[in-house]
Formats: sequence, structure tokens, C-alpha cells
Amino acid sequence: MKKKETIFQLLTQKPWDPAQAKIDNMHDGETLNLSKGKLGLRYIMVVSSIFFSLFIITYSDRLVYADWQQMPEPLLLWFNTLILFISSAFFISAQTAAKNNQFAKVKQKLLIIGFLAFAFLLGQLFVWLQLINLGYYVAANPANAYFYVFTALHGLHLIGGLVYWNMTIKKVWITSDIVVVDAKHTVELCAIYWHFLLAVWVVLFGLMLFS
Amino acid sequence: MAADSYEDIAVDKGEVIPALEVPPQDLYHAKSFWTRWIFCQDAKIIGIQYSITAISIGLVALVLSWLMRLQLGFPQLVPFLGAAEYYQFVTMHGMIMVIYLLTALFLGGFGNYLIPLMVGARDMVFPYVNMVSYWVYLLAVLVLVASFFVPGGPTGAGWTLYPPQAITSGTPGGDGLGIVLMLISLSIFVVGFTMGGLNYVITVLQARTRGMTLMRLPLTVWGIFTATVLALFAFPALIVSCIMMTLDNLLGTSFFMPALVEFGEQSEYSGGSPILFQHLFWFFGHPEVYIVALPAFGIVSDLISIHARKNIFGYRMMVWAIVIIGALSFIVWAHHMYVAGMNPWFGYFFATTTLIIAVPTALKVYNWVITLWKANINLTIPMLFALAFIVTFVNGGITGLFLGNVIVDVPLSDTYFVVAHFHMVMGIAPVLVVFGAIYHWFPLITGRFLHEGMGKIHFWISFLGSYAIYFPMHYLGFVGVPRRYFEMYDSEYMAVSTNYLNQFITIVALIVGFTQILFLYNIITSAKFGKKAGKNPWKACSLEWRTPEVPAGHGNFGKELPVVYRWAYDFNVPGAKEDFIPQDIAPDQIPEAKAEAT
Repeated sequence: MKKKETIFQLLTQKPWDPAQAKIDNMHDGETLNLSKGKLGLRYIMVVSSIFFSLFIITYSDRLVYADWQQMPEPLLLWFNTLILFISSAFFISAQTAAKNNQFAKVKQKLLIIGFLAFAFLLGQLFVWLQLINLGYYVAANPANAYFYVFTALHGLHLIGGLVYWNMTIKKVWITSDIVVVDAKHTVELCAIYWHFLLAVWVVLFGLMLFS
Repeated sequence: MAADSYEDIAVDKGEVIPALEVPPQDLYHAKSFWTRWIFCQDAKIIGIQYSITAISIGLVALVLSWLMRLQLGFPQLVPFLGAAEYYQFVTMHGMIMVIYLLTALFLGGFGNYLIPLMVGARDMVFPYVNMVSYWVYLLAVLVLVASFFVPGGPTGAGWTLYPPQAITSGTPGGDGLGIVLMLISLSIFVVGFTMGGLNYVITVLQARTRGMTLMRLPLTVWGIFTATVLALFAFPALIVSCIMMTLDNLLGTSFFMPALVEFGEQSEYSGGSPILFQHLFWFFGHPEVYIVALPAFGIVSDLISIHARKNIFGYRMMVWAIVIIGALSFIVWAHHMYVAGMNPWFGYFFATTTLIIAVPTALKVYNWVITLWKANINLTIPMLFALAFIVTFVNGGITGLFLGNVIVDVPLSDTYFVVAHFHMVMGIAPVLVVFGAIYHWFPLITGRFLHEGMGKIHFWISFLGSYAIYFPMHYLGFVGVPRRYFEMYDSEYMAVSTNYLNQFITIVALIVGFTQILFLYNIITSAKFGKKAGKNPWKACSLEWRTPEVPAGHGNFGKELPVVYRWAYDFNVPGAKEDFIPQDIAPDQIPEAKAEAT
């Protein structure tokens, strides 16, 4: 019954009513048909989305002023974006492999994903260096400031993702110890977070590109 | 059922629904002193750690308030107190009370201790993350305290930290490390809180025991849960504004900083918007009021119901009101900014939403009062604090209606009327609930009562004293005494009588402050020597009192989790032998009770 209940139905229950009590007595205590891990991940994604949305709102508020000077987009940024797309694609195939219990493949793909993540972070640092060498300092213009803030915060989120990636690797690494359901679940959560970070980056990059 | 008490029934299960067979929660079992008491993953210990830390830093805020009051009442008395120190103390007092004490205590303290016990869980769903959340909070507190010891001292920008003044050299701590440490500490706090909030939300949603539907939850859990959801939406605004202001300060960006001349020199800043900061800050700041108030609403509902031996009137409406207040709290923020120079039409919108929020809030007050109507009111100390809360909240709320109107707010905005209003509504009122809750749940935590005599002295001095402090402040505001002034002694436009009133307020504030030491003494001595309480001394229905041992052991509920058969408010059910039926007592164990006639 918990799967079909709307929030309005839920909030209009009369807990003191004997008829309702009979239904309630059999309730298993879970509100949503979701694992705790998945719900936890959604919680984190909601907080992060609000966090980035607020930055985007301030960005759109600021860019209408006359002193705003758009930054160039180095080619390397496009390359970095491609890296994120590729790593998300690898995660999709890692998920498929995990579903088919092919954990050797999962390991391989997770390692590639980790390598790509480091490559992306290094790539972003190179973009910073390039722009600094060209004289685009953080305090020189609000557009610059937002660029550095967006890339830094997205990078920090990815570093957080790498911590979870590390936990995922540990879970699938020692074959004899793999608790299959648990490992599949962890791979899935890690994949969702990776896709989320790709989406965040696409929004931020698109925003900086088209504003 | 021939049972003398519910304890016997709990042993003799009879024909009842069996507990749900769920895989045992992967609890960490402590092996050493360090993992048992220090780096502990048990929510109950974490709750106590949060509470001790929050109360300790709260005491610092209390001492700061004494110093502020001494300066206002007797300006010549404290030689080391100048304008800079006064503003630093105001800032730190406000920030500590709102965030590091009240938010941390209600959600980190009561939330951790009560949520798993009240919903019938063995622990929070992510105990490790929960432990880390406390240590991150402690780090935030330590960084905040560190700002007292850096050159230039802590920030004196006011708790709202408005730029540009917060990071300019004329403001105490503005050009040194003071403001930086404050911004870093707040950011750390938000990170730690997000980890804690993750646990509170998911434990309430997914880890309840069999039979515990959302609408059977005690209102305390509803209050804490909704407040956490508010924090989930509101705290990102705080951390975003902190990050941007830190960058403005350290790297010279101009997110919030406009072009300005500082001590005759043109600064490097240009084009930033201070108003943008205000919007971000109050988008966090107003929900923050309800992050503190909603747990207080929930707790006070339970205190009133239990100590008046009557089911809470309009349970569903109480839940709805909590949810609606939570939602509305996100569209009222700019009523803090009527005098900030924003478009007046904005003001009308926010005035309207502000007044609408009074509707669900008033509904709650009516329901508390109707619960008391013809009830068997026990004037225990928790009940005294609950009653004091209702009165105080109504007083503070009514002055909120004044200030919610643009035209009334404009002349009153910078006066002591505002100080009186927010202290009554979100200072004194929630603190009274904190006290009531501590007196109520102290037997649950320690197995002993707090000393009643000391409790009564503590209550009456705190309650009457806080009125003696804040009622006159309304008058001071009306006659135009401005807030934020560090010295008012010889101001020509203020009547001399206002000085006497300030002296009176200062003396009472010191007395009320010292009474809190009596409260602490009561806690320390009663924990060891207090009267033994036994199980469920207040005869409450909710699950936290139904653990096999009190205080509850690791994992909370013995071998089997309890099964819930009723809501948490079955008091004075016709036909029942006792005047309460705990949530885990099945109907066929007490066939004589007629719950439907309640």
C-alpha cells in the first residue's frame, strides 16, 4: 500500500480511527520503495542541485551588468567535457556488466573511470593555468570569478565522488568477498552520481557558453 | 488480559502481530572506551555529545550577553569594553545562539537521541556518517572559538554579516581573520549538518518499525523531520553566500562588493551587489527561524499532551500546520529587508505571505490551548515550561504581525522593538522548550529525575525574568531607542528614563543568567544523586519509554523491535485500566479499552 499512496492520502489518514488502525498495523515502516542508499544519494543530489542552482541564480543576476566580459572557452574545456561523457558511458557499461555478474569487467571499467576522472581534474587545472597565463585572473572580472568558482566546486564534487568510487572499487575488488547484491547496488549508486555530475557540468558549461 | 501493568503485557505477547522479520541492522559494536564514548556511532551518545557541545558554546553566548547588557546599562563599569568589543559580542552572541546552540541542540541533540527511539529503530540508518557529522560540527565550533584569539578578534559585523561592511577595515574583525574564520566555520557547520540531516530524514522515512505509519509518529518527530527538510533547502543558501564572501575577502572578487572608497582610497572592488547577499542570507535566515521553531512546536505538543493526560487536539491539523509553515517559510524572507531599498511592491508581496503564515501558526496555538481545555493538567516542570512557551510564543508572534507590515516596520526596524520581538519569538520561546524537554527526557537519558525544587526556582526566575527583560524593550523601541548602539548614556533625544530602564534590564538579565548556573548544577548533581525515575515515569505512550532497559542500551530495543498498534496519544481511553496506552500494546491485550470512543 505504501507504493500507491499519495502524500495527500497519507496526510489525511486518521490514526485514531479503528478501521485505519487495522491497515496501519500491517505497515512495514518504509515510506518509499527505495533502498536507503538510493534515498541517501537523492538527498545529496537535491542538496547539491540547490547549491548549484543558487549559484546560477546569482550568476544570471550578475551577468546583466555592463562590466561583464565573457571569457574565452579554451578547446581543452570541450575535451574535458568529452572525458566526462566517456566516463559516464563507461559507467553504463559497468552497470550492465555488474548486472550480468561479470565483475572482472566491472573492475576494469571502474579503473578506467577513475583514470578518466583524474584526467578530467588535471585537464581542468590546465585550463586554469592557460587562462591565468592569458591574464584572466579571478578578480579581474565577475565572469572570470564565476568560471573559477563553478569549475572548482564541480571539481570538489568530483573529488567527493572519487572517495565513493574508491569504496566501490574496494567492494568489487576481492572476488571471493563480493557480496553480489551489495556490490551491484554500490556500482549503481556510484554511476548515478557520475551521471549527475555530468549533468551539472553540462548545465554549468552551457551556461557559461551561451550567456 | 489479567496484567497489572503494561510492562507485564509487553512480556506476555498473546495474540498479536509478530515483529517484521527484517535483516539485522549493521550496527557497529564498540570495543574500546574510545569507540564507545568518543568516536561513537550510537545516535544516543552522539545526541549527548551534540547537546554538551551546544550547551557549552551557548554558555559563551550567555556570558557575552551579560557583557553587552553591562555595557548598555552601566557603560563605565567594564573598562575593556569599547565599541569594537560590543559589536563583536553582539555578533558572536547572535550567531552562537541561533546556529551553534539552538539548531545544533534541537536537531543534533534531540534529533539524534529521540528519532531512532521514537520511530522504533535500532539506530540512525548511517551511523558512521552520523558520527562524522558530530565531529565536523565540533570542528565548526572550534573554528568559531578560534576567532576570539586571532589578531583583531572575532567579526563584529552583526550576525547577519552584511557586506560590504563585514569585510571592510572599519568593522571589527573585518580586515583580519575574524570574518574569515566565521565564514569558514559556518561553511563547515553546513557540511556537518548535511551529514546529520541525511540521517534524520532517511531514518524517519525508511527505518520505522512495523505499524509506525507517518501519521502515527509523535509530533516531536514531525517537527524535527520537517525542520531538517527545511534545512536541506535553506542551508545551501548560507554556504553559497559564505563561499562568495570569502572569495570577495581573500581573492578580491566582487560578488557582493560594490565600488567603494575606504579611508579615502578607492578599493579594488566594483559592481558587486550587497543586496544579493541579503537575499541569499535571508533565504536561509528566515527558514532558520522555523528550523528552530518547528522542533519546539513538536516537542511542546508532546509535553502538553503527556502532562495534561489528554490526546493532542487536532493531530492531523498539527501535522499539516507544521508542513504548511515549513513551505511558507521559504516565501517570506524579504520581510527582513523592508528597509534595504528594494522595490516597494516586493514589500507588499512579502508582507502578505508573512501575515498568511500566522494562520497555521495560530492554528497550532489554538490546538495547544484546546488540548488543555478540561484536561487533567499536571503542573510538572516540563508542563510549566510548555505553558510558558505558549504564552511567550503568542507574545512574540503578535509583535511579528506588527513588524510584518511594511509601514509599521519601517519606523520600528532599527529599534529595540525588533530586539524584543525576535528574542521573545525565537530566543526565549524555543529555549523554554529546550528546558521543558530536558526536564521531561532527563529520566530517559539518566534514569533519574532532575531536582524539582531547583527546577521550580529555575523556571520561575527564567520565565518571569525574561519578561522583565523583554517587555520593557518593546517600550524602549516605541520611544525610539535604536538598536546596535553601543552607548546611549548621554544621547539627547532619548529620555533619561530609558537609561534607568536599561539598568533595570541589565540587572534582571544578570539574575536570569546566573539562574542558568543553578540549572547546570541541577543537571550535574541529579545525574548522579537525583531521585530514581524508573521506567516511563511520566506515563507517556511513545516508544522511547518502551525500551527493555532505561536508559536504552545499544540497539535500543532488545531482541525484537516493537510493533506499533496505535498513535502516540492514547490518553484516558474509556474503559482502559490506566490513563494511557503505549503505542506497542495490541488492542486484544486490552479488550476493555474503547479507543474509538476517545
